[in-house]
Amino acid sequence: MENLGALAILLAFGLSVYSVLANLTGRRRQNVYLIRSGERAVYAIWGLLSLASALLVYALLTDDFRLAYVAKHSNRDLPTFYKFTAWWGGQEGSLLLWSWILASYASLVVYLNRHRLRDIMPYVTSVLMVTQAFFLLLIAIVARPFDVLAVGEEVIAVPDGRGLNPLLQHWAMAAHPPALYLGYVGFTVPFAFAMGSLIARAPGNAWIHVTRRWTLITWGFQTAGICIGAAWAYTVLGWGGYWGWDPVENASLLPWITATAFLHSVMMQEKKGMMKIWNVGLISGTFLLAILGTFITRSGLVSSVHAFAQSSIGAYFAVFLGGWIGVIAYLMLSRLDYLRTEARLESVISRESAFLFNNLILLASCFAILWGTLFPVISEAFTGQRVSVSAPFFNRVNVPIGLLLLFLTGVGPLIAWRRSSWESLRRIFLWPAVAGLVTVGGLLLAGVRHFYALIALGLCAFVAWTIGSEFVKGALVIRARTGSNLLASMVELTLRNTRRYGGYIVHLGVVLLFVGFSGAAFNQKRVVEVRVGDHFEIGRYQLQVSTIEQGETPNYEWERAIVQVYRNGHQIDVLRPERRFYKSSQQTTSEVSVRRRLNEDLYLNFAGMTEDRQRAVIDAYVFPLVNWIWIGFWVMMVGTAVCLLPSKARVQKEREPALEAAEVPGSITG
Amino acid sequence: MGPRTKVILLASVILGTLVWLAVGGIQETKTYYVTVAELQQMGPSAHHKRLRVAGDIETGSLVRDGKRVEFVLRQEQLSLKVRYEGSDPLPDTFREGAQAIADGTLGPDGVFRATRIQAKCASKYEASPGTSLVTRRSPGS
Repeated sequence: MENLGALAILLAFGLSVYSVLANLTGRRRQNVYLIRSGERAVYAIWGLLSLASALLVYALLTDDFRLAYVAKHSNRDLPTFYKFTAWWGGQEGSLLLWSWILASYASLVVYLNRHRLRDIMPYVTSVLMVTQAFFLLLIAIVARPFDVLAVGEEVIAVPDGRGLNPLLQHWAMAAHPPALYLGYVGFTVPFAFAMGSLIARAPGNAWIHVTRRWTLITWGFQTAGICIGAAWAYTVLGWGGYWGWDPVENASLLPWITATAFLHSVMMQEKKGMMKIWNVGLISGTFLLAILGTFITRSGLVSSVHAFAQSSIGAYFAVFLGGWIGVIAYLMLSRLDYLRTEARLESVISRESAFLFNNLILLASCFAILWGTLFPVISEAFTGQRVSVSAPFFNRVNVPIGLLLLFLTGVGPLIAWRRSSWESLRRIFLWPAVAGLVTVGGLLLAGVRHFYALIALGLCAFVAWTIGSEFVKGALVIRARTGSNLLASMVELTLRNTRRYGGYIVHLGVVLLFVGFSGAAFNQKRVVEVRVGDHFEIGRYQLQVSTIEQGETPNYEWERAIVQVYRNGHQIDVLRPERRFYKSSQQTTSEVSVRRRLNEDLYLNFAGMTEDRQRAVIDAYVFPLVNWIWIGFWVMMVGTAVCLLPSKARVQKEREPALEAAEVPGSITG
Repeated sequence: MGPRTKVILLASVILGTLVWLAVGGIQETKTYYVTVAELQQMGPSAHHKRLRVAGDIETGSLVRDGKRVEFVLRQEQLSLKVRYEGSDPLPDTFREGAQAIADGTLGPDGVFRATRIQAKCASKYEASPGTSLVTRRSPGS
């Protein structure tokens, strides 16, 4: 069986190389049959990788401990669900998942475009298959998922596996890697289209129109992956942090930032024919950062103290990335005429300039994070000394960047294309600015003195007001025409121009994220050692440990503190933080207990008993506003979904010219 | 002034500010990776710099007394006494025999004062998303 799996991977590798050759040769000789055969190879690769993945999952589910991968990442008593998720629990399996997702995407691309874009499709398929071949090479040679445990010539099986890392035995960690990979891998598709149209010098912005939905969906998955990761860190690591600027976290954020910049700057190309070089550069950067992200996560390049010696796949990634950088640079330089801009910037106070600054700031943030993440590697290369920077560095740079971006989120969508007068600016932004200032004033009166939190919350009010007024203004026009109520008018408005109003909803989600981030300025923390029956206080809560319970499951032993929560003398809740000891991996973990409310979370971690077993050690935290991060995430997801719906606007354009006219100032139609 | 010049000017101001923040941030938080051997040869400069050392937590050396934690970090044949003085609780993976990374400075008495400790179970798990090193610290610290 393991031979069949390894064979499938080898065959898939061969086919991916064949597909590249067939497509390129077919395109050059205008041989339709050769191109078709190259495209069918893509489906075959998908079939082979599905088989390989199914075999690996089958081995995991049936406890086939002859396989090194199964022995390393699973054990008999692991719940079935986690046996399945062990597919991506380790390096070999997750690279297989990567390859399988890429094959799925590639098959979909080939299928959807089988009758159109014939001119550039051979190149698109080739770019996808080059990437496919690279990952298949990795799992065929370096990180082989189907290796068996062997002593000499003999295949052996261990009685039980080492088990999946207990920290990964959580729903969020089951969902996080696939979501992130769907994002990472998905960026390959718009990149392939960009390269394809560049190589073929395809006229117009076809690649942008074709890939708009791809990029959005991919961006959505990436957002989901990052947020699920944050939610996991919040509940599993036991200190309530959701973001620590860890290299692996940064690796997932980098392509997301460039993709966000890309989503905005393509509008410049669609509307004005500007920023063409920039857009090709951005999508290429996103692709390269996605590969780099996979590399950083998989190789431990930065996180470990002695990095290079440990990673065997590093050299492969370096060559692959370097090769692509060369190809991209060559293609862009040799086709500068094709990428010439069609319009010039007319004023600093214009939509164009807002987009420009949005991109500039996003890129600055991306660069700073990349620099900080790779700092140990860079400093080692130049000075021979590994030096790292930590979270305060990232916060120092990225907090002002985030606030500036938040500000632009409010300003950008409302100011006019080409140029705006001061008069119109005053008219549009007077009330939002008042809303922001009132918020800051109110917070000052309430005793808030934290500088960044004040600015952030003020800006949140400012942006929320601009977005709200856009919805209300548009809805009022529709209400006047149709007579339906305001809410129905807003829904109608959104459906008429999903891209514009969906974008606003995403922006609203971002505002809520920032509300959640600001809450961190007011976090409270207390570590106490208490006897059963003792009381202690944190924030507005009085807590009492009433009992300590103990028990056992086949997978782990547990100990649990039952904590009564009182406020103003009344009992309002019972929290049950737990500590687990996993038998197969001999590791302890904390299962925190959280009282989640919109205004604040009460978060308890049971750190175990003291040595003399007399007192329980409890880490108690109050995290204000943190739930708005998760709410903001869901709002962003809804907004992304709205953006993907087809607009009703195009159909109705001719029939309702009056409405279109009423939708000035500034429309992101399309 | 044309719009192009204005944009470039504004962009330079923004980028300049960010570079200034970044440089300050690097100066403030940069941490040198050293081996125990290097640390012992550093002399007085070891007392000012922020350092990072790695090694295995020696079995039998871990002393917990309330919130104070002391242990010996062993790297090859050399050992280093470490006292944890951070405010965050130690990670679940921190225990005797585990691999640990300590950030801090060397005290004049030769005891390493760690403000942050990361730990992972001895080469049991390879790097995988979010778990390569489990750290406990607040986002702001």
